[in-house]
Amino acid sequence: MVSLPILSVLTFLPLIGAAVILLAGNGDEEARARFAQRTALGVSGGTLVLALALLAAFDPSVPGFQFMERFVWIPAYNISYIKGVDGISLWFVVISAVLTPVAVLAAIGSVKKRVREFMIALLVLETMMIGTFTALDLVLFYVFFEGVLIPMFLIIGVWGGEKRTYAAYKFFLYTLLGSVLMLVAVFAMALYAGTTDMTVLMGGKFPKEMALWLWIAFFASFAVKTPMWPFHTWLPYAHVEAPTAGSVILAGVLLKMGGYGFIRISLQMLPDASLVFAPLVIGFSLIAIVYASLVALAQTDMKKLVAYSSVAHMGYVTLGLFSFNRQGFDGAMMVMLSHAFVAGALFLCVGVVYDRLHTREIDRFGGLASGMPKYAAAFMVFTLAAIGLPGTSGFVGEFLSMQGAFLVSGWIAFAAALGIVLGAAYMLWLYRRLFFGPLDKADVRAMPDLNGREIAMFAPLLVLVLWMGVYPSSFINVYAPAADNVLSFFGAQAHEAQHD
Amino acid sequence: MSFPLDIAAVFLPLAGAAFAGFGGRRFGDLASNVATCAGVLLSAVFSVLLLASAVHAGPSERVLFAWIQSGGFSANWGIRIDTLSAVMLAVVTSVSSMVHLYSIAYMEREAGKSRFMAYLSLFTFFMLALVTAPNLLQMFFGWEGVGLMSYLLIGFWYKKDSANDASMKAFLVNRVGDFGFLLGIFGFFALFGSVDFDVLFEKAQEMSAVSFSFLGQSFPALTVLCLLLFVGAVGKSAQLGLHTWLPDAMEGPTPVSALIHAATMVTAGVFMLARMSYVFEYAPGALAVVAVVGALTCIFAASIGLTQFDIKRVIAYSTMSQLGYMIFAAGVSAYSASIFHLMTHAFFKALLFLCAGVVIHALSGEQDMRKMGALRHVTPKTYVLMWIGSLALAGIGIYGVGFSGYYSKDLILEAALGRGTGVGVFAYSLGVAAAFMTAFYSGRLLFLTFHGEPREQHLAAEHAHEASWAMLGPLVPLALGALFAGGLASGLFSGEGTETFWNGAIFVLPEHNSMAAAEHVSSVYSALPVVCAVVGFVLSWVFYVAFPEMPAIAATAFGAIYRFVYQKFYFDELYNAAFVRPTRLLGGWLWKKGDDELIDGFGPDGLARLSVRLAKRVSSLETGYLYHYAFAMVLGLAGAVSWFWFKG
Repeated sequence: MVSLPILSVLTFLPLIGAAVILLAGNGDEEARARFAQRTALGVSGGTLVLALALLAAFDPSVPGFQFMERFVWIPAYNISYIKGVDGISLWFVVISAVLTPVAVLAAIGSVKKRVREFMIALLVLETMMIGTFTALDLVLFYVFFEGVLIPMFLIIGVWGGEKRTYAAYKFFLYTLLGSVLMLVAVFAMALYAGTTDMTVLMGGKFPKEMALWLWIAFFASFAVKTPMWPFHTWLPYAHVEAPTAGSVILAGVLLKMGGYGFIRISLQMLPDASLVFAPLVIGFSLIAIVYASLVALAQTDMKKLVAYSSVAHMGYVTLGLFSFNRQGFDGAMMVMLSHAFVAGALFLCVGVVYDRLHTREIDRFGGLASGMPKYAAAFMVFTLAAIGLPGTSGFVGEFLSMQGAFLVSGWIAFAAALGIVLGAAYMLWLYRRLFFGPLDKADVRAMPDLNGREIAMFAPLLVLVLWMGVYPSSFINVYAPAADNVLSFFGAQAHEAQHD
Repeated sequence: MSFPLDIAAVFLPLAGAAFAGFGGRRFGDLASNVATCAGVLLSAVFSVLLLASAVHAGPSERVLFAWIQSGGFSANWGIRIDTLSAVMLAVVTSVSSMVHLYSIAYMEREAGKSRFMAYLSLFTFFMLALVTAPNLLQMFFGWEGVGLMSYLLIGFWYKKDSANDASMKAFLVNRVGDFGFLLGIFGFFALFGSVDFDVLFEKAQEMSAVSFSFLGQSFPALTVLCLLLFVGAVGKSAQLGLHTWLPDAMEGPTPVSALIHAATMVTAGVFMLARMSYVFEYAPGALAVVAVVGALTCIFAASIGLTQFDIKRVIAYSTMSQLGYMIFAAGVSAYSASIFHLMTHAFFKALLFLCAGVVIHALSGEQDMRKMGALRHVTPKTYVLMWIGSLALAGIGIYGVGFSGYYSKDLILEAALGRGTGVGVFAYSLGVAAAFMTAFYSGRLLFLTFHGEPREQHLAAEHAHEASWAMLGPLVPLALGALFAGGLASGLFSGEGTETFWNGAIFVLPEHNSMAAAEHVSSVYSALPVVCAVVGFVLSWVFYVAFPEMPAIAATAFGAIYRFVYQKFYFDELYNAAFVRPTRLLGGWLWKKGDDELIDGFGPDGLARLSVRLAKRVSSLETGYLYHYAFAMVLGLAGAVSWFWFKG
């Protein structure tokens, strides 16, 4: 039976769109820019529709991979082109597909130079992201995983702010370390197992000592990407210098590639080594939660503040994953999904005022609640989600992650829960400085409230944040069998928490 | 299928809030007022009907839909109706209704009226979700939800810095409490494998034997978990230690204070203790702590109340003190008395706040009692209402007939004594002393505000006026509650009928039965609090009417003590020095030293310096990135090939 290779279509549709922008379109520069914007919006919108169709067609009762595609790619080395999704990767495909059109909308408002190139970069980025999450061959995974960095480098390096050189350099140095080690590990795995088929590599098939080294090599890459403390210092700079659309994708999707890598490779392929290193990861996670929250409290730049809050939130991801039980795993997944929308939205929020006043200094604002009530309301909802208020998406993940950690040790949960107090402190302090107080600066008073385009980019995120907060089961149920599948390697630990 | 009263009662305020919040601009303030008031009023009617049926039918639960399901963890959205939640529904919605109606007139000249009404209704909804929760998780939803609404309402006048400070403080102090509550939830799931009340109640006895060891000591697990939940109650119900937000919460508009203090927020901690009675009963260590903290709060807050001059702050400290009574009542297993006092207090405290609102309105926003005086001629109706509230608060009554507070407060004190433990006697003693102080500061408030000569002539002369019936009207039902609710309901909350009334909603171990013992307390001890209260009133009359120079003399005579109490025992200063400032300093320090110097210095910047030197020789920095990147891949490839080489 020949069926539509939906995952390949999904992966390469944005790339085709990029090619169209590159080749087609005529008229003056302005017309071509407009054509590029419309094409990017249309193609990323089409990709979203396709991703939602995939979600609808997906059978959540099956734990394994679905929509498999398999072609021999490089026969000499037994490297194949294999694609497939399970419930876990499916959600990452969906967040990529949701956030790209949102980023396009943001870019339409804020990117004024080299518009076509920017749209091309965004679409290439989408191909790379979806490619990463649907790849089931290790080499293919590596190509996409690292390929993401090229358009991201360009987005920061070309369209970035004043210190983009430094930011891109830092980004580069960190990822250099990760990618070199990861590449070595990929080849070592391939040579040992004789295949790069990820479905075959899963289940802890490597000798103990080799697994430990492999784990460390992958850890270097994922820890930088996530980012985990103390590999996080590239993130604040990358965010500050990146244009809004870049930050949305960076925070929304790119950081999740670290978490996804931890699940797919560290947990599924190297479970024994994961158990060995769990105390280290948990220790780093706890430090990340408390440390990054404290540092966020001291920030004067809106984007840096949100960036540090991302580091703290990612602490809950790694904490949950390395608790090796369902609550922890679900916590990690829900934090990642929620953070994709919430952090994406918060960067959009920063972009809204940056577009108007060209500053991100928190103290330049104040009293915005009077002048921009719609903006204030949207920002409030995302703030509440960021501080994990029950009923918003942020709560579900943090709660489950800490619940999972508690089952490992009450003291771990105790330390992690400090983050909920500190998180409320830095977010409300930010909100207060931006929105409350008198509206006494003339240029701030002159800023108009949200326009139609901006409402269009916030609306879907608002709905998702509340939906995920009130009815998270609709998200968890999709990947539940896959999660049990991942945790089956950790039998004893996972069952300890089951109780029923 | 019959009409789902419970769903209507819980969700109507939410619907009203949604209408006013989203449609306020389009449909106007009038429509918002009608929608929100109709929502809570209908909800109040349904709540009373629910109460009647719950007393007969016993506990029942309705599952709405699954909230969080994760492996063995599951929590539903649902509505649990039993006598306890129905009493709370009735109290919350009726007080909230009056506050809604009052707000229409009170906020008439303010901007953002629709927003205000939407917040009030949403506040009510979160409280209803809290009291009808079938599990700890939904309770936490309401718990944090009311925290959020208090934040938004205290900071309603967001252009004022003091209001913003107060609202942030309220949220953050409550978050510290919630931190404990959350850990409690984790622990309950770890121990019981569930967070559903049904399961917790059923297995509590079994689990009372479990203990865990820490630092070589063994602790009963239930006691630890109950104490963690109680940390949440300390925050929400403003008990000693996490109380600092409550007095500052006065920055919000006065109807908000009435709502927070009487119905929708601070009572949550008291309710939680009663809700979890099935579990707390098996954690005697936790109960003792609850009783001691409650008793200390009771006297601590009352003593501060003696010294404050802001009319709303006096009432705020009185709330804190009364909450202390309710909390220690739960600590001596007198949950019924605790909820009884919660109910009577809701009426007279809402009344007192709304009366204070009339006074403040009449004086164009003035809250300092030193500038008031002689208002009884200007606002005679409010004067009478305020007396009713104050007498109810002070618990005045004789031979079983009195104001509402008389029944509930006496019951609590008798139960504390009847409990027959050292902790009980401790709570009783402090409670009696606080009863004296309560009467004294109530009298002080009345005499300073309404008696004597107007101390600021222009205030009294220029604008001072009695409120319209739009504002006074809602006070009448509250005053009736302050007058009669105690007497009418005392047969339900105490004595023979108690058990039938609660119908399984709360649980007391037979050996903890302080409520039964309360009836056998010697009449000397049960009369003592009333005597103290009368003395308190008389003494306040002596101080503030007969010899108005007395307070100054007393303040000078006890200079150091007076200043210490007047400055609220310096809690704010202590917390600022011990927590707030160090945290902010630490944040800045970690950023500059940790990230910039340590991690970056040895990490990327150190490498950068190194590679800049290298790169300068190879190529220019500007075009280097992609080149470097390709270089990295080649390097990796080379590494892999050599691995292959050596292995092969």
